[in-house]
Amino acid sequence: MAADHLSVTFAALADPTRRAILARLAQGEASVTELAKPFDLSLPGVSKHLKVLQRAGLITQSRNAQWRPCRLEGGRLKEASEWVGEYRRFWDESFERLDEVLQDLIQKEKNSDDHQGDQDHAEN
Amino acid sequence: MTTKETRTMPKTEYTIEPGKQEIVTTVTLDAPRELVFKAYTDPKLFAQWWGPRRYENKVEKFDARPGGEWRVVQVGADGATHGFRGVNHDVVAPERICQTFEYEGYPGHVALQTATFEPMGNKTKIVAHLVFESVMDRDGMVASGMRDGADESTERLAELLEKMKGGR
Repeated sequence: MAADHLSVTFAALADPTRRAILARLAQGEASVTELAKPFDLSLPGVSKHLKVLQRAGLITQSRNAQWRPCRLEGGRLKEASEWVGEYRRFWDESFERLDEVLQDLIQKEKNSDDHQGDQDHAEN
Repeated sequence: MTTKETRTMPKTEYTIEPGKQEIVTTVTLDAPRELVFKAYTDPKLFAQWWGPRRYENKVEKFDARPGGEWRVVQVGADGATHGFRGVNHDVVAPERICQTFEYEGYPGHVALQTATFEPMGNKTKIVAHLVFESVMDRDGMVASGMRDGADESTERLAELLEKMKGGR
């Protein structure tokens, strides 16, 4: 179920080190040693984070090559991104429209103040 | 700010924390809060702004009394409809609306939605707090509907990671 994936994905993304690892992998495959380098982490420490990312389906680790490179798997991230994107699109657009409605109302109020006594045409 | 600004799109902030069953949305709009409150509670005005432009809103009910029902149907260009409904728990003019929220495409999953309007001089800060029954509900509601199959690129992924880094 998609919602279940999303919870696991979001939980995996909740950690800044794991997000940095994903950002690094977005540039290409890397070995565990390479991934550990920029962080103040031991190899077992990095491995723990990688395990969480792997379980969430965000990365895979090759079994073939000697150096067992890790790579980003876009699918789950895409799901999470779509979800956040959908929610944001809905409200970004809503508030943009609300802003327009409000400016329109303010303008109307101003006009009716300016034309007090004028024969006003009904707006509604 | 005293300088005259050209109008820009409102900047909406989202706090969607992993593993939590809530979403907090914050935006400041350039209008007094009485007006903002009106735009939220007057069915004719509400229909003009809620949701994406590609849907037409039909506000079928909005009873602002405690216990009063509300229902909005969004109609797409292809005729597809999405219904949303709930009950107003409290509507306190002009400061607060507290109501239940259910997307009919994901029935039985009821969220509690509270919008507060804080005056900031001539502007109004809107804080919308949406609490779901569970994390899965939160993640499932949008996933189950309202998709437009937008193509997501790697930039969007990077963008998401950036946002999760910065947007807390």
